[in-house]
Amino acid sequence: MHTFEFTRPQDPAAAVALAAKSKTAQQGADIRFIAGGTTLLDLMKLNVETPDRLVDINRLPLDKIESTRDGGLSIGATVRNSDLAHHARVQKDYPVLSQAILAGASTQLRNMATTAGNLLQRTRCMYFRDSAMACNKREPGTGCPAIAGSNRGLAILGASEHCIATNPSDMCVAMAALEATIHVQGPTGSRAIPFGEFHLLPGDTPQRETVLEPGDLVTHLTLPPPIAGSKQVYLKLRDRASYEFALASAAVVMTIAGGNVTRARIALGGVGTKPWRSSEAEAALVGQPASQATFRKTAEAALRDARPQSENKFKVELAKRCLAHALQMATA
Amino acid sequence: MQEPDNFEINRRELLIVGSAGVAATATPTIALSQASATATPMVAGAPVISRVSLNVNGKVREIELDARATLLDTLRERLHLTGTKKGCDHGQCGACTVHVNGRRVNSCLTLAVMHDGDAITTIEGVGAPDALHPMQAAFVEHDGYQCGYCTSGQIMSAVALLKEPCGPGDADVKEAMSGNICRCGAYPNIVTAIQQVRKSD
Repeated sequence: MHTFEFTRPQDPAAAVALAAKSKTAQQGADIRFIAGGTTLLDLMKLNVETPDRLVDINRLPLDKIESTRDGGLSIGATVRNSDLAHHARVQKDYPVLSQAILAGASTQLRNMATTAGNLLQRTRCMYFRDSAMACNKREPGTGCPAIAGSNRGLAILGASEHCIATNPSDMCVAMAALEATIHVQGPTGSRAIPFGEFHLLPGDTPQRETVLEPGDLVTHLTLPPPIAGSKQVYLKLRDRASYEFALASAAVVMTIAGGNVTRARIALGGVGTKPWRSSEAEAALVGQPASQATFRKTAEAALRDARPQSENKFKVELAKRCLAHALQMATA
Repeated sequence: MQEPDNFEINRRELLIVGSAGVAATATPTIALSQASATATPMVAGAPVISRVSLNVNGKVREIELDARATLLDTLRERLHLTGTKKGCDHGQCGACTVHVNGRRVNSCLTLAVMHDGDAITTIEGVGAPDALHPMQAAFVEHDGYQCGYCTSGQIMSAVALLKEPCGPGDADVKEAMSGNICRCGAYPNIVTAIQQVRKSD
């Protein structure tokens, strides 16, 4: 592991000022915030991330879960994933979020990982994680060996000829379906970023994964007021029953009245280069009867633009069945 | 710059710091820092030494260490509490499970300097040879181990599980314990041991 200076600032403004000096907030940043450390230290041990300075934000006052004035929920950046998943308001009003978080990682990791850390977790692509391998995300311009190589777990939606790395987060799939807002305090002030605008497609700049700039500190996420009567399901399909990333997953937040779907928010995991909100699926679903036939058509719409890699054609059908099944479970 | 009086480098520290760091320590250029302040190494690439206070199994330990030292390496190599094991060093096996402020965590994926003032419990702090914790006794009674390498992590996880929300069935226990891997396959007996303790509480 490369050496680094370790600093624990007393308040968010000091943290922002320290990190503002970093050359980038993206891959290879020279100044990094550290919270749970479960992604960052993992990558630092692999020399994929080599910061010169760590800014410890664990003791900043960013660890509260509170109701917002409009009846929604504010979730601090350093709230531990396990606390978020077990919070009474989350389980009652946003159960898809609790299900998604509990579907991921292990209890130990959920006790360490934080909301903002999970938001920013990195791909598990083996080429990215191995500094002996070429990788456009880790070293732009070196190529993507995954495309012609080992790509079973990689993306079928949102990929480019430069990068096909999957975003592995479960929490983010639920946050996308819940239309969370991400609040950032930066060197020039605060701003609110709609969830769908936070993560970037790889395009020809796979080293840029989010819209964050140097100094930007995620302070909290907010969820809109809960939709009364919404049915929420997170379904995760994977090789092992637990403690394994998704091959395909689906988050569904749906309202049904008179046998028809009146409102739907759908997001997919394990298949996209970013948490994959599916407006195609939503358009196919709203106004239709809540039937298996509709759910199958919805799944077809969601995966219509899927482009499988050489080793994961199965993901297209798996993701369709995952979404259709999640929708069916939501009607129960 | 004067070398601190109590600074010495032994083989374990060499392995932790790495040869590049030792080359830098051959000249006295290490800057001390408090965990709450900032240190600037006088030689680029030289290890940054930080001071941290850890409450380990009820005893407060004030130590100076390389900021890169994980909690796991600190417990094992520096404090000689070798009951906690290094299985994968990447948070994937659970052999390194300890409690920090009562919560189970993977000590390989956190730095010692992040835990200034925190209460750490290791397997050495659970029960005693002549007064086993009920979970330890249950593991013995139900033969919940073979080689023993995962066992301290299993017990640390199982003890923490007693205070966590967890459904009543074996499947719930297996899910809650899924972060602890056992190559010997002692899982059925581990689940039996845990369920016995849960039902007797």
